Amino acid sequence: MDEIILKINEISKDMGEVRIMEVCGGHTNTIMKYGIRDILPKNIKLISGPGCPVCVTSQYDIDCMIELAIKGIKVATYGDMTNVPGSKMSLKDAQELGADVKTIYSVDQIINDKERVFFAVGFETTTPMTAVLLSKGIKVFCAHKVIPPAMRVLTKEMKIDGFIDPGHVSTIIGSEIWKNLDIPVPQVISSFKPEGLLKATYELLKLIKENRIEVLNEYPEVVFPQGNLVAKKLIENNLKFVDAEWRGIGIIPNSGLAPINPELDARIIYKDLFNDVKSSENNGCRCGEIVRGLIEPVQCKFFGKECTPSSPMGACMVSESEGACAIAYKYGKSLSA
Amino acid sequence: MCLAIPGKIIEIKEKKAIVDFGGIKREADISFVEDLHINDFVLVHVGFAIQKVEEEVARETYRLLAEIEIQDELAKNGV
Repeated sequence: MDEIILKINEISKDMGEVRIMEVCGGHTNTIMKYGIRDILPKNIKLISGPGCPVCVTSQYDIDCMIELAIKGIKVATYGDMTNVPGSKMSLKDAQELGADVKTIYSVDQIINDKERVFFAVGFETTTPMTAVLLSKGIKVFCAHKVIPPAMRVLTKEMKIDGFIDPGHVSTIIGSEIWKNLDIPVPQVISSFKPEGLLKATYELLKLIKENRIEVLNEYPEVVFPQGNLVAKKLIENNLKFVDAEWRGIGIIPNSGLAPINPELDARIIYKDLFNDVKSSENNGCRCGEIVRGLIEPVQCKFFGKECTPSSPMGACMVSESEGACAIAYKYGKSLSA
Repeated sequence: MCLAIPGKIIEIKEKKAIVDFGGIKREADISFVEDLHINDFVLVHVGFAIQKVEEEVARETYRLLAEIEIQDELAKNGV
């Protein structure tokens, strides 16, 4: 590992400030755990982007699911999502009030439950499983997002010199597709190992220095050029691109997915129930700025005080494996380099 | 939620397999990955195998995951 750090120091000497964004919560976790930001030269900034699916889910979507649950519709979702505060309460709170909220670790647990609505969140890695549910006739409230459109938006809004592309998202979509997504800066697909992330950073610095807008796959052992064809086909057959609202970013065209079959689309089926949903995010939580990489968790006055993983005020403090605030809290460090 | 976890297939029943994650055994759907056999290593995400991997890759990833609290990952996000 020392050798790669020396190489990074050497190449970055005359580069000025370089801003590299990672868009995968798993990468953020490794970076924080191993203190990679502190190892890098001062002019190399690693910024955490919108890599936590729970965090980028809009307040409105969360409030809609809580509304459904409160009104007696059976719902199900993955673990962390139940703890994210909505405008009035979380899904867990709704459950305590008697709503039927099932926390699942696999869609297999609800594959025969046609009465239940699945609250689908996650990026490309988690989407094929939702496609399986849809193919079995299960209703879905779909908040799935695809990450590349958000990356494009962020490159227009702030200075980003390169991206560390997500690992297991790429296992599904493949490495080749990144070359055709109109992302105007170099990208390197990385593993989750600390030395892998350092190598990816070095390769990215080389591309940036040489002004080569290319995509390198530094995780070829699990990321293949075409990705997982079976999973991609399932997604294509069951879901379509739609505009989607991201927390902190707003609506991004064609960045979300919805069921192709309107009879399985809970946003359509229950649209009358959503008339009463009024979302607000004015409790002072700055999660929206955090997912855009504009501020670090410690810059929020609630961080570690009123807002902790056991009592989160916002989405970024919920997921200890992916949320920037929860990760920063866990490792007791600031997210600044 | 995007982190997949490697495990070893110890039993196959049609499109389901029993996968061993360092002693923790869980069922996984294997319909996304073709041509899997007992003793193969796979990356599993929210109950589905998404990729076959070499044993060495699995073991290496596993060592890392063991460090970043695999138990948490298994319990919370499932595999």
